[in-house]
Amino acid sequence: MKIRRIEDLAEMPTVSQVPLGGILVNLGNAVNYRTGSWRTQRPILNLAACTNCLLCWVNCPDGSIVLNDGKVSAIDEAHCKGCGICAQVCPTRPTKAMTMAQGGEY
Amino acid sequence: MVKEMVKSTVVGLTGDGAAADAMLQIDPDVVAAYPITPQTEIVERFAEYVANGRVNTEFVAVESEHSALSACCGASAAGARVITCTSSQGLALMHEMLYITSGNRLPIVMPMVNRTLSAPINIHGDHSDSMGSRDAGWIQLFCMDAQEVYDNTIQAVRIAEHPDVHLPVMVCLDGFQVSHDMEWVEMLPDEEVKKFIGQTPGIINMLDKDNPINIGGLALPPVFFEHKVSMIRALEGSANIIRQIGAEWGELTGRAYGLIETHRLEDAEVAIIATSGAAGTTRCVVDALRDEGRKVGLLRLRAYRPFPAEDIAAALKGVKAVAVLDRAASPGAPGAPILSDVRTALYDAADRPKVVGYVFGLGGRDLSLDQVASVYERLEHIVQTGEVGPALSYLGLRDD
Repeated sequence: MKIRRIEDLAEMPTVSQVPLGGILVNLGNAVNYRTGSWRTQRPILNLAACTNCLLCWVNCPDGSIVLNDGKVSAIDEAHCKGCGICAQVCPTRPTKAMTMAQGGEY
Repeated sequence: MVKEMVKSTVVGLTGDGAAADAMLQIDPDVVAAYPITPQTEIVERFAEYVANGRVNTEFVAVESEHSALSACCGASAAGARVITCTSSQGLALMHEMLYITSGNRLPIVMPMVNRTLSAPINIHGDHSDSMGSRDAGWIQLFCMDAQEVYDNTIQAVRIAEHPDVHLPVMVCLDGFQVSHDMEWVEMLPDEEVKKFIGQTPGIINMLDKDNPINIGGLALPPVFFEHKVSMIRALEGSANIIRQIGAEWGELTGRAYGLIETHRLEDAEVAIIATSGAAGTTRCVVDALRDEGRKVGLLRLRAYRPFPAEDIAAALKGVKAVAVLDRAASPGAPGAPILSDVRTALYDAADRPKVVGYVFGLGGRDLSLDQVASVYERLEHIVQTGEVGPALSYLGLRDD
């Protein structure tokens, strides 16, 4: 068996470099943590049926509904975890603007 | 013990009263606490000070100890000076939050009245509660009498908030034997206490809108280990800060403190290591046996965390046999909490003494003078014959 060195941890902070009490000082860094690979289902946006009520945008726990000029325009694939809340709250009928599809990959 | 100091006032206080009156003078920003025997008098007395407008404290009446320490964590993260207090089952209920307090480096001070843990249910003193929290990352100071409860509670604020420490401090006192025993206590004038503790530096302050921070973030395997060790280093480094602040307190009051205190240990051949109220009992026995010309001494632990391993090894140089008195058991372990730490501290010492341990006083049973004297007799026997006997025994137990 070959013993592999874990090289990618070498750049991480050392004991004296971590901030006191693990406080986060560079706020907004959640955007750097790409959680899109967690998905097992993916939301499908049908813009033709969208009334732009913004319920999906309000309810998305990860801020993954992308707005353009105040209007729903896309899903942030890098961060959407595929929880399905957007499809659940989407009120458009009979054709829903947001539905879930099996599989995380777009 | 009580010296005549110009600035101080001598009052009669129980250990609980001394903690509450120290809190009165500290005037913390927030106190969130839940009453539990034998700590109740602290909460009652302090709540009265709040109701009568003698402090500016926001007192949060909570529904449990878990909530008490949670509320304290929130207030401390907002930069406030925060105190809570508890005992026994209350500390057990706080257990989860103890680690969160130290991990988030929140400098909360907590008078902790030592009481055993159920079952069977019992409200009296032993150290099972705080020993169960020894690895939670809190500084733990143990008080011998009501005066030390007052002294340690005030010093604890300075120790906790020191920028190089920034950790919570537990001030432990024996349930009933110290918490409810009325003693002479010297109190400084309010303004001297205010001057000694100063303003809280508010190093972690979530309400500082110009320097926004987030607290309680997720630290996964690539960073958690480093965070934990940085907390451990701060706790280890607090030893020097505790000594410095103890010396400063000595200049102000005539009562200086280190991590340990020795009594007639210099030329002693045998010694007992004790803490809290048991150290006071042992001191009386040492004096009586010294009158008979026997070379006995006492080493008292004031700080249990950080553990003063080097101080103990240095103080015991020349001592041939040592007995450690533990007021808590560690079921299934090859020792008891303090015994195991003392043995570790002495293992690498040249000419280390023989070390035996005793578990005593569980569930509040008194430690008598003749029991302590019998321990010294055994130590002398060990020195004379070289026969050590069992490493751990029970003192004052009806055994078969």
